Amino acid sequence: MPFLGRSRTGRGRVPAFAVTLACVIVAPGLAGCAAEPDPGTVTVLNSATDTAEHTANQRFFDRCGKPLGLRVEQISVPADQIASKALRMASSDSLTDILELDGSELPQFAQTEGLRPLDAVGVDTSGLSASAKSLGSYDGTQYGIARSVNSLALIYNTELLKDAGIAPPTTWKELRAAARKLTAGDTYGMAFSASPNADGVYQFLPFFWSAGGDEAEIDSGKGEAALQLWKDLVADGSASRSVVNWNQQDVNDQFVAGRAAMMINGPWQVPVLSAQKNVDWAVASIPVPEAGKPAVPPIGGTVMAVPKNDDDPAREKNAGKVLNCLNSEKNQLQWGESVNNVPTRATAAQAYAKQNPKLAAFAELVTTARSRTAKVGTGWPVVGDALAGAFQSVLTGRTSPEQALHRAQQQASAGK
Amino acid sequence: MTTITSPAPASGAAEAKSAAGRAPLRRGLLRWLFVAPALAYMALFFGYPLVRNIVMSFQHYTPKTYFTGEAPFNGLDNWRAVFANELFTDALWHTALFTVGSLLGQFTIGLTLAVFFSRRFRLSGFVRAVLLLPWLVPMVVSAVVWRRILDQDHGMLNTALHAVGLVPQDGVPWLSSPGVALLSAVLVNIWIGIPFNMVILYGGLQEIPRELYEAASLDGSGPWRTFRSITLPMLRPVITVVLVLGFMSTVKILDLILALTSGGPADSTQTLGTVTYQLSFLQLDFGQGAVVGNVLILISAVFAVLYLRANRADFGKGK
Repeated sequence: MPFLGRSRTGRGRVPAFAVTLACVIVAPGLAGCAAEPDPGTVTVLNSATDTAEHTANQRFFDRCGKPLGLRVEQISVPADQIASKALRMASSDSLTDILELDGSELPQFAQTEGLRPLDAVGVDTSGLSASAKSLGSYDGTQYGIARSVNSLALIYNTELLKDAGIAPPTTWKELRAAARKLTAGDTYGMAFSASPNADGVYQFLPFFWSAGGDEAEIDSGKGEAALQLWKDLVADGSASRSVVNWNQQDVNDQFVAGRAAMMINGPWQVPVLSAQKNVDWAVASIPVPEAGKPAVPPIGGTVMAVPKNDDDPAREKNAGKVLNCLNSEKNQLQWGESVNNVPTRATAAQAYAKQNPKLAAFAELVTTARSRTAKVGTGWPVVGDALAGAFQSVLTGRTSPEQALHRAQQQASAGK
Repeated sequence: MTTITSPAPASGAAEAKSAAGRAPLRRGLLRWLFVAPALAYMALFFGYPLVRNIVMSFQHYTPKTYFTGEAPFNGLDNWRAVFANELFTDALWHTALFTVGSLLGQFTIGLTLAVFFSRRFRLSGFVRAVLLLPWLVPMVVSAVVWRRILDQDHGMLNTALHAVGLVPQDGVPWLSSPGVALLSAVLVNIWIGIPFNMVILYGGLQEIPRELYEAASLDGSGPWRTFRSITLPMLRPVITVVLVLGFMSTVKILDLILALTSGGPADSTQTLGTVTYQLSFLQLDFGQGAVVGNVLILISAVFAVLYLRANRADFGKGK
């Protein structure tokens, strides 16, 4: 089937209908079967399947595309399918001009050498916070840019804390005491996600890191205290034993239902929290092992990358221009407010904190937040699984924190 | 095929003979022509992915492969890595327990219900229809609902069991204890699988001639004897079908487990299905994922062959 070659310019030799038919019948996924791209459009693969998010995205894309004479088209698939969809598109040479990935997936794509370094397409990444930069880089090169980032904080029920006469805890000791005091009747003092997937791992990291834990050397002995804290919270009865099944959504549901006085969660829950009337809430920084030490939460969010397009470098340049516009201070600030995430330009982040005092804790946390992949790069998925195995086996009483981390290190090195 | 039946003129006897020699050949060709589309379909949609999966399990197949098209062969590396992985051995056990437990539960309950409903009584049709409901609900939806029902603190099951004094205040840690979670998953899967077993076995029961039962009752055989000597043997072909189909769909379980427990707590509900998913789509190591996939295919193939043999034995007896 020579007419199904990789050429993007060989248009018109075969009636489009015949090609489409051939593609549908015999060659789904074969090279050249993608629709011919229009030079005036920039395509984006993202996870904005939610209508409101999709529309909000399109508003920003249009705002940036119009002055450049470009139309921006979104292809949205559920977040957990982005990676496999992008890989399938890559194998048929039909990858979009902009690829929006979860920050933790970026190294695996950067390693394929299929992404263009951002400075090569003229994207300005100066002025981004250090944590945001590390979220989008691999091996010292900037491949992805995040418009906004998120992290985790302690969200608490103001009424319950006031009734109990306690201030939001700042240290682990205070957290344990407060959680115990707040546990009464149907209400647990504390809720967090310890599910054996990305949600649980994300929530474990601020404790693991703040204790001095190291994902590249899991069994260094420093992370044990974090496991012990989680274990204590459950053993005290201050947190439900069901935390091993709860994802971040479940944790929020428990909080909103009044069954948890405090929870660890992220700013993406803010729309749900603001929409309900039963619980008054506020945000505080994540408690740390000892007073005075900074909290080290993980930085999360999506980054936009530009896949290589050797056939048509002009498309890469267009993508770069759109990215520059999306990341102007003004656009970042407005985007951050629309999704309750913190802008990555330091100046925009400051403005954001000022305009959203309720979420200022997040804006502050983001500056000390750490990227999951900065140290272990493409090894992250294996390391994340190993950590999940560790906290799950400790919480269910299968192993001690020490044994759990020892085993996690073995798993992580075996998977490399 | 009029050429064969039309009488050949005496003078052209030799010619007719050679025509008759060609006819079976043409008939053979024609037969293959009819089979060809099916064969092509099988080769394309079953053969090709199967072969690709086997080849992939000997390759270093990573995200890079999708961009460059290069997937270097690495011999038995993937196989060694997977077999050395404790998770794989655990998953193998869990899959075996899950499959055997599910099939036993689904089948016995399904058969009991089928026998029960094969007697005619008021509302039998209505109740049977209601019992079909689990079959109509998408697997993921069932799993999410069950996750709520099985919640240790506020789940309906514990609340109900506690109300009648069967469990203490704490409740049973259905999904939060590694010792119980696999059992819970089996129970949910049994619930999901009962309608299928019931419907097929009910259909099989309808096929058994009533006279046999009349003869049995004239001979003075009790219900248990009748069931053992008439119902079970007459139902045997249907039972084979139900069990084999049930096995195939249970052994590759993925969606139920992912939505119910994500493989946790502490990997206690990891099955071959979830391990393949984890390796291929979370760690993006498609080579190792293919190894586990191949093991699953192999297990299924063994049972498919057993099934075919069992069926052939049935045909041989003229059934």
